[in-house]
Amino acid sequence: MKRAYDLAIIGAGPAGISAALAAAASGARIALLDDNPVAGGQIWRDGPQVRLPALARRLRAELAAQANVDCFAATRVVALAGPRGLLLEDEQRGWRLDYARLILCTGARELLLPFPGWTLPGVSGAGGLQALLHGGLPVHGERVVIAGSGPLLLACAASARRHGARVQRIAEQAAWSTLARFAAGLPRWPGKLWQSLRLLDPAYRGASHVIAALGRERLEGVRLRQGGQIVELECERLACGFGLVANTEIAQALGCALRDDAIAVNDWQATACDGIYAAGECTGCGGSELALLEGSIAGYAAVDEHARAQALWPQRQRWQRFAEALRTSFALDPALRHLAAADTLVCRCEDVPYAALAGHAGWHAAKLASRCGMGACQGRVCGAAARTLFGWSRPAPRPPFTPARIATLLELDDEQEPPCAP
Amino acid sequence: MNARRCADVIVVGAGIVGAACARALAQRGLEVQVLDDYRGGATAAGMGHLLVLDDNPAELALSAYSLQCWRDWAPRLPAGCAYRNNGTLWLAADAEELALAAAKQQRLSTHGLDCELLGAAALRAAEPALRADLHGALKVGGDGIVYAPNVVDWLLAHEHIRRCRAQVVELDGAAVRLADGRRLAAGAVVLATGIDAGALCPELPLTPKKGQLLITDRYPREIRHTLVELGYVKSAHQATGPSVACNIQPRPTGQLLIGSSRQFGSRDPGIDGTLLARMLKRAVHYVPGLATLNAIRCWSGLRAASPDGQPLLGPHPHRPGLWLALGHEGLGITTAPGSAELLAAQLCDERPPLPVAPFLPQRLLPEAADA
Amino acid sequence: MPELYIDGQRISVAAGTSVAAALALAGDGCSRSALNGTRRAPLCGMGVCQECRVSIDGQRRLACQTPCRDGMRVETRR
Repeated sequence: MKRAYDLAIIGAGPAGISAALAAAASGARIALLDDNPVAGGQIWRDGPQVRLPALARRLRAELAAQANVDCFAATRVVALAGPRGLLLEDEQRGWRLDYARLILCTGARELLLPFPGWTLPGVSGAGGLQALLHGGLPVHGERVVIAGSGPLLLACAASARRHGARVQRIAEQAAWSTLARFAAGLPRWPGKLWQSLRLLDPAYRGASHVIAALGRERLEGVRLRQGGQIVELECERLACGFGLVANTEIAQALGCALRDDAIAVNDWQATACDGIYAAGECTGCGGSELALLEGSIAGYAAVDEHARAQALWPQRQRWQRFAEALRTSFALDPALRHLAAADTLVCRCEDVPYAALAGHAGWHAAKLASRCGMGACQGRVCGAAARTLFGWSRPAPRPPFTPARIATLLELDDEQEPPCAP
Repeated sequence: MNARRCADVIVVGAGIVGAACARALAQRGLEVQVLDDYRGGATAAGMGHLLVLDDNPAELALSAYSLQCWRDWAPRLPAGCAYRNNGTLWLAADAEELALAAAKQQRLSTHGLDCELLGAAALRAAEPALRADLHGALKVGGDGIVYAPNVVDWLLAHEHIRRCRAQVVELDGAAVRLADGRRLAAGAVVLATGIDAGALCPELPLTPKKGQLLITDRYPREIRHTLVELGYVKSAHQATGPSVACNIQPRPTGQLLIGSSRQFGSRDPGIDGTLLARMLKRAVHYVPGLATLNAIRCWSGLRAASPDGQPLLGPHPHRPGLWLALGHEGLGITTAPGSAELLAAQLCDERPPLPVAPFLPQRLLPEAADA
Repeated sequence: MPELYIDGQRISVAAGTSVAAALALAGDGCSRSALNGTRRAPLCGMGVCQECRVSIDGQRRLACQTPCRDGMRVETRR
């Protein structure tokens, strides 16, 4: 099967939804693709006990009302297919989509760094725990420790408490002085005042990081460094996130340039490739407010409504300053590069320990010798970790961009039927 | 060139062929300096299928001799080399191909190789995942599989071998110039850089044959032998356009490595989606259950093909001091041990274990080059 | 209230529950055994890390991105 659209948008988080809404008024035929079962991205992930914010509900309702926007949920981009085409996979089948223009709103994933015990059941990402909670993960009455860096830790704590968990500690690696400066600046941005108040959470500690997850068959506790002290806390869950990594794989495969490990864009949110735009966390992490604005600008620009796009530049600039404050406040302490012990697994797919990687000249050599990154996650987790630990460049993306059925890849044969109208 | 003598022999290229040559020379007591730029080549990209091929007597002699070397090495190879003597099944889709299988059995048996003709029922019993209507197969019992990059490390771990990361930018007889300006000399230089050799030695008649491979996630093991369609020989060696054939290899990890394709003249490392799909169609045609398995990675590599399909093993006829070990097309991993013995024997004036004439570089470099 | 089977055990869950959550509702929350034999559970929650891949009606899929449906048969990987 093959369909053709004027505009394809990859990712239905805040950036993708707002791009679709901005572009929809032009009448263009739009496809909005997302690998999750419902639109909303990570921040507005829906689930059985989730009450989405009013803004998210309104945008989703608006999206549903657009007759010219087709939403394809649970649909992954597997490969590029021809010069302006994508190979997609959903639960039932593989199929191809041709586009005239493309907006990448592929978001970000968490930076997950290895430390002793991090493979124990009960340990997850911080955004990971939040996402699992939205899917209905039961944590009622459980003791939870949250560690890592960034505002996501606080959001994760709020979600965990809402689901009945007892949050024992929120361990932020950034120094108190930096956090105080960040908090003092928060009221400058609308709606962020409450976030500065969250820093007063009694469980919150600055200058703190995880040292080890403890337990035999599953997590029983955590060892933390808090300032100069080592503390151990009993807990059933440990959620660790060390910041975000932009999802740039599809952009790289398309030939888009990167800047600071994110997709490089100009004022129009246009990438280095003609007709391809990018918005949201995949262009650098800045939160949902920035993502919404970037998405709108990209959506307008992609249907040549430049005046409307340009009108949003001042607002975007304001939130870009917020993004900059985030980046500088939560820069990672180099000590976090040394959490893994020699026998700590860095590659969780292929069980490759730290000692098997250290000393190699780079990612490629380490991979060939140790199988690191040869597993199902395709180096998404260990490749990003190795970049932080060893400074190696991240692996170049190759199709399939995500594990995909061989039956899906068969659709790449060009001698298929011509495109049909959607 | 004003060069410092660094070893008895400099081997340029630490792929499987360069590593095997270095090992064979070191075992003869020579001090060997191996230079490699770590860009990676066909050794990292290949399937690691160790197989006897019999398109012509020279190929059969070299591959059969090399397979025996592999079996001799096997007990000493570290686990990471993933050596398995799992055998190849050459699949016959119809009566005509079954006749080809029988003829192949004749040739291999004459050479003393372990092979067995399986009828349709025996084939179904051996590999139940195969489609049911095949006519049979030829089982070549001595064939195997290996993970070549780790074999390279094993081969180079020798007291007489030093390995250094360096990019060679110029050859001058038994000396080389490196990208950083240094010049190194030795009693001989062995060039074993596969398709990249053209940059240093433009007169070599090598052309790239691009191949693409795919590997699945880990699954419970249902396939034991390496499965190759008998049409492979035709599509691999007789076609002039892009070609594909079914080649399914069970890895010790439970993954399936699926090939194969050949594209002439392309040096683009990107995956050709259409060719990938056609290659997978062949594989799914033979093993229908593959369709629902998850693929996790695809990659490509360049085979260095010579005009007559045989490698170049021996002295460069017009560049004294320079020796060649390249042009192995798709058989470099299989024939690395034999190639290394042939090269080392010539270099050390020993009697080679096989006739060298079909492999001498002068057969393809008759005229004095301008180099 | 979809009703599904996890490693043969019948469980009914709230509509919209992910298979990853159902693994925890039905048992220890684990999705697979690692190469070294230890059990693993969902890590990233967003379709990246592949730790949560399980067999769902015979196909290998991600528990974190799959909503539970009536009659589903989920097998964790031992």
